[in-house]
Amino acid sequence: MTRKFSWFNATSLAFGFAFLYIPILLLVIYSFNASKLVTVWAGFSTRWYGELLENEAMLDAAWVTLRVAAASATLATVLGTIAAYVLVRMGRFRGRTLFSGMIYAPLVMPEVITGLSLLLLFIALGIDRGLFTVILAHTTFAMCYVSVVVSSRLVTFDKSLEEAALDLGCTPLDAFFSVTLPIIAPSVVAGWLLAFTLSLDDLVIASFNTGPGATTLPIKIYSAVRLGVSPEINALSTILIAFVACGVITASLLEKRRAVAAGGN
Amino acid sequence: MAKGGLGRIAVIAIPYVWLLVFFLAPFAIVLKIALSETAIAQPPYVPVLDLQAGWAGFAEFLSELDFDSFTYLLSDSLYAKAFLSSLTIASLSTLFALLVAFPLAYGMARAPERWRAILLMLVILPFWTSFLIRVYAWIGILRPEGLLNAFLLWAGLISEPLQILNTPVAVYIGIVYSYLPFMVLPIYSTLEKMDDSLLEAAIDLGCTRTSAFWLVTLPLALPGIVAGCFLVFIPAMGEFVIPDLLGGSSTLMMGKTLWSEFFSNRDWPVASAVAIVLLLALVVPILIFQRQAERQQEAGR
Amino acid sequence: MSSVTAAPKAQKVFAPWDDPDATPLVEFVDVRKQFGDFTAVNGVSLKIFPREFFALLGPSGCGKTTLLRMLAGFETPTSGKILLDGKDLSRVPPNLRPVNMMFQSYALFPHLTVEDNIAFGLKRSGYGRKEMEERTAEMLQLVQMKEFAKRKPHQLSGGQRQRVALARSLAKGPKLLLLDEPLGALDAKLREQTQFELMNIQEKTGTTFVIVTHDQEEAMTVASRIGLMNKGSLAQVATPGQIYENPDSRFVADFIGDVNILEGRAGKGLRRDGEEVTGFEYAGGKLSGRANEAIAPGATAWLAIRPEKILVSKTAPKDKSLSNVLEGRVHDIAYSGNLSTFHVRLDNGAIVKAQEANRRRLAKREIVWEDKVWLAWTPGAGVLLAR
Repeated sequence: MTRKFSWFNATSLAFGFAFLYIPILLLVIYSFNASKLVTVWAGFSTRWYGELLENEAMLDAAWVTLRVAAASATLATVLGTIAAYVLVRMGRFRGRTLFSGMIYAPLVMPEVITGLSLLLLFIALGIDRGLFTVILAHTTFAMCYVSVVVSSRLVTFDKSLEEAALDLGCTPLDAFFSVTLPIIAPSVVAGWLLAFTLSLDDLVIASFNTGPGATTLPIKIYSAVRLGVSPEINALSTILIAFVACGVITASLLEKRRAVAAGGN
Repeated sequence: MAKGGLGRIAVIAIPYVWLLVFFLAPFAIVLKIALSETAIAQPPYVPVLDLQAGWAGFAEFLSELDFDSFTYLLSDSLYAKAFLSSLTIASLSTLFALLVAFPLAYGMARAPERWRAILLMLVILPFWTSFLIRVYAWIGILRPEGLLNAFLLWAGLISEPLQILNTPVAVYIGIVYSYLPFMVLPIYSTLEKMDDSLLEAAIDLGCTRTSAFWLVTLPLALPGIVAGCFLVFIPAMGEFVIPDLLGGSSTLMMGKTLWSEFFSNRDWPVASAVAIVLLLALVVPILIFQRQAERQQEAGR
Repeated sequence: MSSVTAAPKAQKVFAPWDDPDATPLVEFVDVRKQFGDFTAVNGVSLKIFPREFFALLGPSGCGKTTLLRMLAGFETPTSGKILLDGKDLSRVPPNLRPVNMMFQSYALFPHLTVEDNIAFGLKRSGYGRKEMEERTAEMLQLVQMKEFAKRKPHQLSGGQRQRVALARSLAKGPKLLLLDEPLGALDAKLREQTQFELMNIQEKTGTTFVIVTHDQEEAMTVASRIGLMNKGSLAQVATPGQIYENPDSRFVADFIGDVNILEGRAGKGLRRDGEEVTGFEYAGGKLSGRANEAIAPGATAWLAIRPEKILVSKTAPKDKSLSNVLEGRVHDIAYSGNLSTFHVRLDNGAIVKAQEANRRRLAKREIVWEDKVWLAWTPGAGVLLAR
């Protein structure tokens, strides 16, 4: 449908995107600034990248963060997919309202509350804080996001496909793995990526629930940033942004190609 | 679809139990801590529920509970101020976010079809980039020696650097900036699905372009607007990172209060009490949000 | 199979429902299904025999799809039993029933090729690799989709997908095949063609088919028997000929084909034109019709007379065998190329439809609007209904 695209619309878009992207662009530009000072441009330099790569503590933190993100994303995807299936396909069951509440609440719950409550739980259970507790914490809130992504796909999923599978001899579990999962796979992957990103980026919950030797990158960045602007952080930010940008662009291109292949529906 | 009884229960149980243990149960513990006394101990509070002691221990535990933390919160005006401040900042930020997001979402929905996928990607991209980093970017911009002031001074618009960093203004900017995608996406999604023939019908029946907007477009966009507002307001109430990095010590917010009570003062009971108060304040909005979200999903069937 | 298309060999008409010794394949015993406050199926008892092509017909919401789904196992009856080959199906989940279904949306697995779709059920039945390939090829041949074996569903047209869906549902050689409005998505010409294909395949494979449809023409074409449902109950179960010629209620008469329903009073039994009919008092005149059940003289009754059975003429009929006569004025004429339907307004204001083939060209038509005409039909052409 062709809609009227007015000058006002174009201006709104321009300002909106400018607002969104100028801070990011500035970060990137100044990561190449030879001078430490933000307001003085002293020439193009990659020295901060060099210093970043020699910063052992940062690299360690990055490694911890990647492991936590991968583990919690995978666990969150499994749990979240099951939760989505329960919400969409299982109809009414006792305690469904509570379940639904527990799935949606974490999406908006302030992180300080989630972080604190989980920490107190771990202490009450006598679990030592470290890598493991951060993974558990991240899994818990990420699974809710995965659940929302997967359930919005399941809602439009043709139920008769599952019925056909049963009719042809599948057990319900078989039907899920042979028919449902392959078809909703893109959403499940999207859920995994979302959970991965959320974990990668989390500061507050990790701060509450981490332990010795399990310092994550956001925690490191935060402590650096409290002291003011740091060009090394600019460099790190640029790397992360480039990484994410590539990922999102690739995903969009793949999605476009898949849509065309499926008959341009 | 009829599923084997036991199998069905098992499938429901897996995520259910996980959430009960890791999401719901902890709140009970927070409440319990809030009702305990601070102590120089590890963990830094008493009483500790000694399950070994059986019922006697439990009875003793109950008798030791006290509402000191809560009365402390009520007595010290700092906390009341923090609460009001959080409420103000969260509400106004939500409003500003709406004012910025709506034209953007509207522009996206009106754009030619082949642009929309790219525009959507461009809005989502910052969301996938680190939240912390994007907030950090504003430090460099809003500092007295920062880029904004440099630009304004250079353009001759001001004669002295503006103090934006470490004031509530910076917090507003930070929240609007960070939460913008959360406001744009639901509104865009609602506007995009809107049936153009409704607008055409309105104009056909005599509306001007403007009144058609107010009478047709806006009401239809309302579900998206409401969703977006919840997605911004509720987390903003308890926001920590933005007020901490951008707001400075003059800006009070509950999230910061909780953090400092916990990490700086090592006063777990009070921190827990703050958490409980924040939770109570947000329970109703959260429930409304959950109801709306479920309804949206049902409508999607 | 309807006796109309019986092979020209020994005229043994297929009618197991008339045979008291025949055992049914499917039996519904007082089945009810309730969804909350809503009763979808209200005490249905029905027997379906092997090799039948049975049609469940009815308007939207009459319960026919629910009944089908209970047979497939996707819904469980609130009360009552469903027996397949004498065995109670209530505890049997859909994947363990010797029943297969062809879905309205075809439900082809988009991530699998045509071949893999067809072989899907076979894989789960313990077929060996070779047997699977043979059986799949056989099915592809049956529906003439051999060249499309490696394609994916989104690369096929609607009609092609329908054939794959049929092949997939027959692959396991089920005793009973359920078809949920299978021809709804096809255009008229393709639908007609497919109806006959379905009938041929049903005969060839000897499978019992139960089809759900809201299209009465479709049901009349393909079915050996029709079960007409209304608001959760069976209104009538009979062969197409029976249900058309001898409806047992106004609902049935009206649902199948076009009909005129005149309300009047039943009269006494008469003998006209060599057959036993019952009198019918209407608008001050005396008509007659066949009554399939006894109706007390003087009781309110309805005469159902099909438009094609009524002759229209500008002069009073002289033929004594046309004993049912009404007078009126032509109110409207509906022209559909091959037929003309005259809407005649009687003196009492009722409109009666009479239909004739256009044996003469339009320009040569004799009867036009506002003409005074006579409507006439034979004594037993109409059916007298008690409800």
